Amino acid sequence: MIRGRAWKYGKNIDTDAIYPARYLVYFEPAEVAKHAMEDVDPDFLNKAKPGDILVAETNFGTGSAREQAAMTLKFAGIGAVLADSFNRCFYRNAINNALPVLASRGISEQIDEGDDIEIDLEHGRIFNYTSGRGFQATPMPELLQRIISANGAIAYYRAHPATLPDAAELTGTALGEEVRCE
Amino acid sequence: MGMTIVEKILARNSSQEIVCPGQIVEARVDVVMLHDIGTPGIQRPFRELGTGKIASHVRCVIVPDHYVPAPTVQAAENLKLTREWAETMGVEYYYEPGRGGISHQIMIEQGHCLPGQIIVAPDSHATTYGACGALGTGLGVTDTAIAFGTGQLWFQVPETVKIELTGELGPYVSAKDIALYLLSLFGEDKLIYKAIEIAGPAADRLTFDSHACIANMALEMGVKTCLFIPGEETLARLRQLRQRVPDPVRPDADAHYESIVSIDVSLIPPMVATPHSPSNGKQVSEVAGIHVHQAFLGSCTNGRVEDLRVAARLMKGHSVHSGTRMIVTPASQETYKQAIEEGLIRIFLDAGALVTNPGCGVCIGGHLGLIAKDEVCISASNRNFMGRMGSRQGQIYLASPAVVAASALAGEIADPRLLKENC
Repeated sequence: MIRGRAWKYGKNIDTDAIYPARYLVYFEPAEVAKHAMEDVDPDFLNKAKPGDILVAETNFGTGSAREQAAMTLKFAGIGAVLADSFNRCFYRNAINNALPVLASRGISEQIDEGDDIEIDLEHGRIFNYTSGRGFQATPMPELLQRIISANGAIAYYRAHPATLPDAAELTGTALGEEVRCE
Repeated sequence: MGMTIVEKILARNSSQEIVCPGQIVEARVDVVMLHDIGTPGIQRPFRELGTGKIASHVRCVIVPDHYVPAPTVQAAENLKLTREWAETMGVEYYYEPGRGGISHQIMIEQGHCLPGQIIVAPDSHATTYGACGALGTGLGVTDTAIAFGTGQLWFQVPETVKIELTGELGPYVSAKDIALYLLSLFGEDKLIYKAIEIAGPAADRLTFDSHACIANMALEMGVKTCLFIPGEETLARLRQLRQRVPDPVRPDADAHYESIVSIDVSLIPPMVATPHSPSNGKQVSEVAGIHVHQAFLGSCTNGRVEDLRVAARLMKGHSVHSGTRMIVTPASQETYKQAIEEGLIRIFLDAGALVTNPGCGVCIGGHLGLIAKDEVCISASNRNFMGRMGSRQGQIYLASPAVVAASALAGEIADPRLLKENC
């Protein structure tokens, strides 16, 4: 369970705003953490507390593939990001860095800034303690949840060496049990 | 049930008979591209991953391009690390600044992208490789490190939207205008997670450079990948560079598309995307007359020789407006040399334009030409996000090379169709 205070932002929040290109040369966590949301909301790091939840409208993380956009939120201690939808690359980067992300159409309309929010990632449930209302999102595919639980993609791959090519001989494996072709 | 191009590529690379949208597959990655941001970036995840080497079947291509030549000591350190690491890892295809150019251009120009391959890079505009019929997609550094070290990666099979282009392009209307038109139609978020296939007679008539422009710019719609079926021009280029070029992957006749959109390109005017989103497309006539301080022709979107040709054709014998500076960045050394041979660089220089070395500097607001507060830039690049090219109080308008050239001459956003040609 993830519980924190909501900070709200609009649609198409791009990676240049979340983590400006002028800091692309940095990769050290402490340095990357200093610039979270700098060009969206320069006051963000002063306001947000560890564990707080970022809530956005559609297409959060649009733009470049820079992983620092996900890292900066993770390293700054953000508990999770909820959005109506995510840019695909940001979504992958977040999962790979164990930053919980959950997409649910219309969720941004159900949460106001400052609301007390709880997220059950496993079941895709969101509860707004301030309004007293709960919402059901499509849970994240199981593989992605396992990556987040493992504390990120690198840790997951290290713990599952069978997926490494020497062991698997690159036969390819369909990992998704949820979806079957007709 | 038939499959779309992206489904076929993902099925083949994961040894599946058939895959369908929503399924997650572990697929073989054929090529990994890295640049001077991605190489330093993958160090930590690659070290932690622990394989210590490039997966044996992966072709790795390293092209420093973001901060070349180094404008700061930090950038110099990154370039040094990139060069040394390429050597340590035994990377066969390393393009030192001066021998390469913008990474995405090098990838498609030097034969590193083949039809049906899966190619990843820690750079969103890897969708450009769709011009060669390859599934190109941008990833973060963690995914890239995993692809590099293990040679495989999970992918969710995307839905495919087919875009059929018909009709003939009007004068001074180009691939960039098609891309900006599509962006104005779909916005930044209606195609996220999806693959698009671009086909139809008008798509077949477009050049390789034009396919690359559209596949590059398609990323701004949030797509996972954008695929063309390479035509003879593309295949002939590839055959000059590679011994074996696989047949292009074609969709099955009964492939399932989430939707099929047909667009008559003859109805598309020269387009301009207003600040601060590439999807804010307007007809050039709606914004004509806005004073421009800087005009930029270049980037992985529009720095190819076809782009330089159209601009030079408009600019020959004319001067850049006295209140405007123009910066031209050829996409690669090869492009630069070709432009010199064709006399294009001379035309730009005679017109009073600055010509820079190939690289990403201007487009990413890194170096070589940032804009100041309240300055307006008309740019043939791909993003006009707030602050992208310099000051957050600057204004960026995106347009085709023809519109950029016409605007540089006029000192204000101008319709190239209204300029008199001088050759």
